[in-house]
Amino acid sequence: MSVTTAPVAAAVPGTRRRNYARRYWWFIAPCGVVVLATILFPWSFTLYMSVHEWKLGGGRTFVGLANYERLFTDERFQLSILRTLYYTALAVVFPMVLGILAALAFNQKFPLRGLARTIFILPMMATPVAVALVWTMMFHPQLGVLNWLLTSVGLPPSLWVYDASTVIPTLVLVEVWHWTPLVMLIILGGLASLPQDPYEAAKIDGATPWQAFRHITLPLLTPFIIVALIIRTIDSLKAFDTIYVITQGGPGTSSETINIFLYLNAFAYYNMGYASAVVVVFFLIIVALAMLLLWARQRFKDAI
Amino acid sequence: MTEISRRLLLASSTAVLAAPALVEQANAQSTFDWRRFRGERIEVSLTSNPRSQILIQNQREFQELTGITVGSEAIPEQQSRQRFAIEFTSGRPSFDIIGVSLHVSKLQIGRAKWCADLRPMIADASLTAPDFDFPDFGRGIVDYATQADGRMDTLPEFSDYFILYYNKELLAAKNVAVPKTFDEMIEGARRLNDPQRQIYGHVGRGLRNANVVLWTQFLLGTPQKDTLNAQRQLITDTPDAVAAGRIYQTLMRDLSPPGVVGFNWNECQTTFMQGRAAMWIDGVGFAAPLEDPTRSRVAGKVGYAVVPAGPGGHHACMFGTGLGIAEASRKKGPAWLYLQWAMNKTNQLRFLTSGAGAPARTSPFRNEEAISSSRFARDYFTTLVDSAAISRPGLPEILPVTEFRDTIGTALTNTIGGADVATELKRATDAFRPVLEASERAS
Repeated sequence: MSVTTAPVAAAVPGTRRRNYARRYWWFIAPCGVVVLATILFPWSFTLYMSVHEWKLGGGRTFVGLANYERLFTDERFQLSILRTLYYTALAVVFPMVLGILAALAFNQKFPLRGLARTIFILPMMATPVAVALVWTMMFHPQLGVLNWLLTSVGLPPSLWVYDASTVIPTLVLVEVWHWTPLVMLIILGGLASLPQDPYEAAKIDGATPWQAFRHITLPLLTPFIIVALIIRTIDSLKAFDTIYVITQGGPGTSSETINIFLYLNAFAYYNMGYASAVVVVFFLIIVALAMLLLWARQRFKDAI
Repeated sequence: MTEISRRLLLASSTAVLAAPALVEQANAQSTFDWRRFRGERIEVSLTSNPRSQILIQNQREFQELTGITVGSEAIPEQQSRQRFAIEFTSGRPSFDIIGVSLHVSKLQIGRAKWCADLRPMIADASLTAPDFDFPDFGRGIVDYATQADGRMDTLPEFSDYFILYYNKELLAAKNVAVPKTFDEMIEGARRLNDPQRQIYGHVGRGLRNANVVLWTQFLLGTPQKDTLNAQRQLITDTPDAVAAGRIYQTLMRDLSPPGVVGFNWNECQTTFMQGRAAMWIDGVGFAAPLEDPTRSRVAGKVGYAVVPAGPGGHHACMFGTGLGIAEASRKKGPAWLYLQWAMNKTNQLRFLTSGAGAPARTSPFRNEEAISSSRFARDYFTTLVDSAAISRPGLPEILPVTEFRDTIGTALTNTIGGADVATELKRATDAFRPVLEASERAS
């Protein structure tokens, strides 16, 4: 009897496991379809296009890695990478510094603090294209309000976005105005979550406010700062709307970042193959930077 | 019994001979019916401009006339170009009718055969209204809308010529005559230029891409005239091209407002309408805002003239737009009725008298009554007619025209910053030549 019952008892759980596994697949199927349709297919198709010479409205020819080779000799592309990095560096550092300072200020208790915080985050709620159009009018060298303000206080007028040497810092100014509140909100959230015990201990030990900030607040805030840094870096790297509306990459090509270069190649010159190769390279740059930041975050967590 | 006279016999014979033609015409007239497609719906995709605004505002007329419902949209020109290219490539465009800039997209839609040939529809008396009067369209713009293989895949809507806008008050104050040549224009602008008072002798397009047409305007005044030679090779670094570049550089660098390097037509318009610039060369469509006293400080003070002549010729840059019917559309009949209505004499006259530009038909220019009662001065209308007479395409008919404008435009922008014209044009020509050659080989 035992000979006959043992295999049956062993077979039942095994059969059940197989049935459950089949059912589980159905649960992830919708998600799988979405991932396939929105991530895997576009990516595969972009890779496919990047190895073709493909003009919109014309035929396509397989060219292997020729589009990637062309990137290495295309001075305009290389300059667009440098401009992107320059723009990103400025558009990360200034909002980060100003956002942290604003968060420290808004963390203090003072009358009408809620109203002041609301006013401060208003720029973040504005549509980027609308913001860009308004700033464009303000930057007009003869008729813009900014030069009127400068000359009113005895300062010389600036050419803002109408000069190759000032265009990127000016575009960063718009970015700073628009996105500093986001950094402030993230850091303010961090400040609100900090424990009070270390501050009380530091006070008893006679620490100055600067020492408390330097040795308690800053280390505890670092995870939040890194999150803000990652968000700002990715946002700045993919900045397009503001630059396109205000300068379209000009004067000349002096504000042509990778996104503008890519957009022009894809939708103005209809070089879909070459533009796809730019996308692939740009994606790799973003992934590398994001990994670098995540590695830094992990390293910091391990250190504390 | 009636006696058959020689006169009666002749009259009867003539009637018999003429009968087939008359019957055919009568049949044709009787078979054309504006309401033939009533109950249908068509989608019209236009670009944002005053002419599209006129069509959209008045489309109820078409709907009442035909019983066809129209869904219209007007989107900015650059976005429209990208959109229609993508939608046409997909094979299933969402529109039946598309507005096209001939100077940018004519070759693209022609080679891909995205739009239907309109000639069979024009010839079909059952589809074309007896009063359509195709010969009324200007010969020049019809040729401009016709592809090299003879297909006419857009019905011309409007021609745009470069004209000279000038501030009468500023010119009179310094006793400067309206320039007849580019040399006179530079000389006049120099006398009028007063940066201390923020008054400048000239304003013009400096923004990359947009600026190329101002340079080609100067190039049209040289013996070379065009940017391609007869073999369709690029000739944008020749002595004539450099001479045109020097005129551009002088006017833009020395005699225009600071920051002009980033100016497109809208910044130029703002500067001119605030009375900050004495002269401005651009398209014909700016009369309405310039003469609007609620927006413009120069309303009533604007003079209009044909662009000055160069040392080697006198031409005005010409550009044009047209409406085409998508080849993939299943509603070509209703769409053709829309095109006939959109480009009828009433709408074309509306274009002219509203200051929206030069219509493709010639009859509005002969409408003395409408012109006399217009709010625009007579010199505006005479300038349009005179410019049409000396017009010549302002951009080369090539497929990568946007890339051409970007590449040459960057060089021109650099010259405003002080770079050497010959060096910049040589560099840009060397950069664009392989692109053009590849494009020509592919076609």
